[in-house]
Amino acid sequence: MEDQEQHSDSSETVIRIRDLYKSFGDKHVLQGINLDLQKGENVVVLGRSGTGKSVLIKIIIGLLKPDAGTVNVLGEEVEQLKDAALRALRLKVGFSFQSSALYDSMTVGENLAFPLKRNNRQMSKEQIRKTVDIVLEAIGLPDSINQLPSELSGGQKKRIGIGRTLILRPEIMLYDEPTAGLDPITCMELNKLINAVKERFNTSSIIITHDLTCAKEVGDRVAVMDEGRFIREGTFEEVFKEKDGLIKSFYDYNFTQ
Amino acid sequence: MNSTNDNQDKPVITAAIDGFFLVFYRIAVFIARFFREAFRPPVEWSEFVRQCYQVGYKSLALVTVTGFITGVVFTEQSRPTLSEFGVTAWLPSLVAIAVVRALAPLIAALICAGKVGSSIGAELGSMKVTEQIDAMEVSAINPFRYLIVTRVTAMTICLPILMFYNALIGCMGSYFDVHAHEQTSLVSFFDNALAQITFLDYTTALTKSIVYGFTIGIVSCYQGWNASQGTMGVGKAANESVIVSMFLIFIEEVIIVHIFNSIR
Repeated sequence: MEDQEQHSDSSETVIRIRDLYKSFGDKHVLQGINLDLQKGENVVVLGRSGTGKSVLIKIIIGLLKPDAGTVNVLGEEVEQLKDAALRALRLKVGFSFQSSALYDSMTVGENLAFPLKRNNRQMSKEQIRKTVDIVLEAIGLPDSINQLPSELSGGQKKRIGIGRTLILRPEIMLYDEPTAGLDPITCMELNKLINAVKERFNTSSIIITHDLTCAKEVGDRVAVMDEGRFIREGTFEEVFKEKDGLIKSFYDYNFTQ
Repeated sequence: MNSTNDNQDKPVITAAIDGFFLVFYRIAVFIARFFREAFRPPVEWSEFVRQCYQVGYKSLALVTVTGFITGVVFTEQSRPTLSEFGVTAWLPSLVAIAVVRALAPLIAALICAGKVGSSIGAELGSMKVTEQIDAMEVSAINPFRYLIVTRVTAMTICLPILMFYNALIGCMGSYFDVHAHEQTSLVSFFDNALAQITFLDYTTALTKSIVYGFTIGIVSCYQGWNASQGTMGVGKAANESVIVSMFLIFIEEVIIVHIFNSIR
């Protein structure tokens, strides 16, 4: 892990999305998405529920196939990759699920060790245990190793979910609604963790959220999505400079009420 | 974009008939993927052993009780008819033939379909709807090899063992009943019973249980793997794992019996 703790060269594009379309039956979820993620950057994709934010990052990781358009991740065209190549790419891209998606029959330690064991079969038990301990310490839950997911709070589950992706040392992190369903203090802790992950593990991230506080805290750049398109893009201040339509609704709900 | 999707959504024949053939196609693809993944390294030994424990060891108690009761009841029910003809001495061989040729494979399979099949359907269905399978995918783990190949293989290997164990316990149940009425020794009972069992009978039973085990494994895994609609989907996957497995087992029983009778 120590070798990851370096500062980044922020000129390189690690994700490039062009003219991305995706429909489910009659529902046109993504309608011409273009997005670049630079190395070392945190981009927040903001939007209402059902606007296609989660579909976007599932296409990036290859869980869904686009109807049209291209997704280039770390120089690879995702939709053209065969199984083995896609798996190799996924080692470099961490995905934190909205539901955390922890394996409920395994303890926290086993959840973290599982991807490590499966992808590094030559690693000894001691090496795996040591790596698990480092990640648990990094996410602030060093004593939870023997707990089952059912014994954890929502915030703890999210942290373990993030830890499980960090254990494979990804270059890119994709966060799906990291603060959804959590209290404001836990949200604040998670925002700090996302920033800490960026600094300590030198990651570039796309964060899907509808939480403006999260967007403000973690985003170097914000892209607002509505009906499958980006309607505004820039820094948080630039995006919320002119408050009209959806932007106004978002701002008023999060900060005025 | 719209016109392409509209064309894709139009049924070729009718939606119902299309759906029927689509399910067959998807199952065929699922089975083909199983064989493709099963023979590729690395083998998930620890998960395979864990599944053998779940399928085999944890079903032993139920298989023991049902096997014993089947042997006792079959003997009790057969005795009056054989008594009428004065041939109660045929009881051991009659029971052995019935148990090995028909009852043991069927009972072991039905127990596994109910107990293990529903459990696999519910477990995989739950993993699917809570995105745990997707979580394996994004962690660069092959969930099909880890979850499906291990379960189907364990089921296919463990069911024949459970079947022969069930047959043995069924014969033991029969022996206790026969012994209570006719004071037969264990050696004499099994001498009579095994004298009538041919190599073809063992082959038939083994073939049946391998086919049933594979069927239960594939059907349960397919249902769980394709579960949707949240907790309702999990219940549906568990339920359909049992129903479809049992239905297919009876169809396979008829086909296998016909094939082996034509050889006999």
